Amino acid sequence: MSVSPAMTTETPDVIEEPSLLRDTARAFARNRMALVGLCFVLILVCVAVFAPLVSPHDPYRVALDEQLLPASTTYWLGTDNFGRDVLTRILYGARISLVVGIVPSLISLLIGTFMGVLSGYIGGKVDFVIMRLADMMIAFPSLLLAMVVMYTLGANLFNIFIALALVGWAGVARVVRSQTLALKEKEFIEAARANGTSRATIMFRHIFPNVVPTLIVLFSLSIPDAIMWESSLSFLGVGVQPPEASWGLLISRGKEYLFQAPLVAIAPGVAILLTVLAFNFVGDGLRDALDPSMKD
Amino acid sequence: MLMFAIRRILVSIPVLIGITAILFVMLNVIPGDPVALLMKEHASPEVIARVTAQMHLDDPLWTRYFRFLSGALQGDLGTSIKLNRSVTDLILKAFPNTLYLAACAAVVSWVIGIPAGILSAVRRDSFADRFFMGFSLLGVSMPIFWSALLMQYVFALKLKLLPVSGFYGFEYVIMPAIVLGWSSAGVIARLTRSSLLEVMRHDYIRTARAKGLREVRVISRHALKNALIPVVTIMAIQIASLLSGAVITEAIFGIPGVGRISINAIQARDMPLLQGSVLFATVLVILGNLVADILYSILDPRIRSQMRKGAQ
Amino acid sequence: MTNKIETAKTDTVLSVRDLRTEFRGDRGPVRVLDDISFDVGRGKIVGLVGESGSGKSMTALSLMGLVPKPQGHVSATRMDLDGTDLAKLSPDGLRRIRGRDISMVFQEPMTSLNPVRKVWEQVGEPLAIHQGLKRRDIRARVLEMFEMVGIPDPKARLDAYPHQLSGGLRQRAMIAMGLICEPKLLIADEPTTALDVTTQAQILRLMQDLRDRVGTSIILITHDLGIIAEMCDEVNVMYAGQIIEQANVFDLFERPSHPYTRGLLASIPKATEQRSSHRMPSIPGMVPNLAKLPPGCRFSPRCGDAMPICLQKEPGLADLGRGHNARCWLHLPHDATTQREAS
Repeated sequence: MSVSPAMTTETPDVIEEPSLLRDTARAFARNRMALVGLCFVLILVCVAVFAPLVSPHDPYRVALDEQLLPASTTYWLGTDNFGRDVLTRILYGARISLVVGIVPSLISLLIGTFMGVLSGYIGGKVDFVIMRLADMMIAFPSLLLAMVVMYTLGANLFNIFIALALVGWAGVARVVRSQTLALKEKEFIEAARANGTSRATIMFRHIFPNVVPTLIVLFSLSIPDAIMWESSLSFLGVGVQPPEASWGLLISRGKEYLFQAPLVAIAPGVAILLTVLAFNFVGDGLRDALDPSMKD
Repeated sequence: MLMFAIRRILVSIPVLIGITAILFVMLNVIPGDPVALLMKEHASPEVIARVTAQMHLDDPLWTRYFRFLSGALQGDLGTSIKLNRSVTDLILKAFPNTLYLAACAAVVSWVIGIPAGILSAVRRDSFADRFFMGFSLLGVSMPIFWSALLMQYVFALKLKLLPVSGFYGFEYVIMPAIVLGWSSAGVIARLTRSSLLEVMRHDYIRTARAKGLREVRVISRHALKNALIPVVTIMAIQIASLLSGAVITEAIFGIPGVGRISINAIQARDMPLLQGSVLFATVLVILGNLVADILYSILDPRIRSQMRKGAQ
Repeated sequence: MTNKIETAKTDTVLSVRDLRTEFRGDRGPVRVLDDISFDVGRGKIVGLVGESGSGKSMTALSLMGLVPKPQGHVSATRMDLDGTDLAKLSPDGLRRIRGRDISMVFQEPMTSLNPVRKVWEQVGEPLAIHQGLKRRDIRARVLEMFEMVGIPDPKARLDAYPHQLSGGLRQRAMIAMGLICEPKLLIADEPTTALDVTTQAQILRLMQDLRDRVGTSIILITHDLGIIAEMCDEVNVMYAGQIIEQANVFDLFERPSHPYTRGLLASIPKATEQRSSHRMPSIPGMVPNLAKLPPGCRFSPRCGDAMPICLQKEPGLADLGRGHNARCWLHLPHDATTQREAS
């Protein structure tokens, strides 16, 4: 086995590190849809953060004399059954959607990466147990699993995080495991091992940095999934509870008045659609830029 | 072949047992006594104690689990708290409706997805390609419950072409099937396209062209069979996503299926019913994966002979 | 559709003149083949030899009409296949010729057969489309071909899938497929590169044997000069998209006239050396990028005999007699700038 001097140092070995960021940014910038998606996401983040400033009305103010008004210059998208401004509710809903998109994805990424690296690198019984566990989690229909978790723990935002993380980690673990298996055979890992580097160090200073590009892609693509799941759970009444403004919840409440005021139910759906599309574009762009091999 | 199927079934048994265990633990360590929750403040402590004993809720968790497991193996999933009827009966009565919906949705997704995927691959980067791929991206980016409402609004409320909801005949299943099928049509179209494009890069496609085959025949005889192998297996696996989707579609369109049972069970906090319906759906998913694997081995002679070698 | 010209039914099966193939990409056209002219005699084996990227396989694909569309463009003053000018055929006309009058055996027998279809169906498919035979007749004919190409236990192999055959058997099946319509010309693109040494020898002997018995002309593409010496009647040496020397096999090995050919011959391993090291011998430097060719002779940056003119002007083909040509200023008058273009 050839051990080049560079491989024996204790610095984490990241393949192509110096130019990775620049190359990625350049490849990403060439993708027009990804840029459009990114712009939309940035706007959404601003809206979510500054919701009180950009919203025309108070999201919780009940005005029973202004129920289900059609769109007007005062209420751009009309009002709901409590006379609340639909646009304001949607803008506030962006907060929940973003938080729900990001937090559970991060948790499942964390768990999944840990399990995946462990499973791939240690192998043997550990691998067997983790992978069978992942098999089981994947065999559950995700929505039903999330529903069961919400049933047990109670319907609130925090429990949505737990439910979605529980649903999501197994997929991450599988991908990370297969990458770890491939990396394990690479010379620089063998060199580190031959050098007497401890397993923990190899896993987290040598293997982990090389999985990061994949993790970024997985992360960006799991955000839209999480947003979808949250809105579905909230729509079914086992997610975010009123009077919070979650898009799924808005649609669920609005569907009762579909005939009188279709905008109440339809408009939040457009918000979901655009957000999910935007994140998908960004995710696809990142995937193509960072890790073309993941393209199916 | 048979050996492979048997081995594959044996492998899924531990997974199934694990799943029942996870499910059981998740549903039976609820904070709060389910009986008290069920009966609210109307019941006296004695009644609660009696019912708890009747339902064996004071036994240790693992005893209850084994009782549940042995019951489930004999087809007994317990009794619904709310409806006071056998969970198995309730599910079996609802299942044909779900199956009907899922089958219609599957047909919709194949009929749209496969031709769209083939056309997109063959006319790569053409207008049709962009159109179908954009359409399929739209399909996977729309929440099912929203596209359902949209269709209800347009076709039932405005155009009055189809009934809003209910389940009394074929016309009642058209909208739910399209809504449910569309989202998986997008997945199938994308997979068909990428799979076909991948196959078209192979050397044997060049060989086929070198024989002087027309392009149509190159695709139909040499590329399609190989390209559709992963698609067919995905179709079996998609049972899972159709079932998840069916929960929502059934709720919106008022179809009395297994998905609606689980929603009702949650709303009524009817634990045995929820447990039974989720377990049932999960078993279906595992069966779907099983069928996918077996189909794969039937369709691909390479895998088939590997199996044979492995079985010996 | 077929374009009979006067030289039909001579002892020449294929006559290519001025074949040019370009790829038109985003950064302008790249000419991957330039000024390719050669003949294939009836019942002869003609070699195309060169490093990878020299254009050997592209020449074959151009003849077959299999250059990837829409980027690829093929033009030629003529590509006369036994009286039919391939250069003037429509894509569909070429398709009718493919597999019937001209067929091809590829380098990788492992991947060149469709894994999910039975071997006999694939081997017999040209009969179905070019001659419209019935399934039973096709099967019988495939069996005959299997016997002819020496597949042992041919009956049992008919219903095999490709992965059930060894590499050598698959290549025999590919050859059977290539010959099943009794084509006028068989192009074998590195037919033995992917095979082990013993199988290589068997396949080569089979091709020689078939040429002798059936009389098919063969274009043999290889990077292995040893195979050229054993098999070929005529040789064309290719470099950077051009034929830089052509001669009959004796002249080429006796009097190599282009410095590149000499370099190749000089670095052939001796008989005592391992045959597995029989790779394309190394000449210092690299094959030039076809998009950025040097101004003069394409070989000049690597050539030990380069003269000032070699760096300025591209040489034409010098006629050395008996059909021996070399694209080199060593054999052309130095001061004269306009030599006859190869035609």
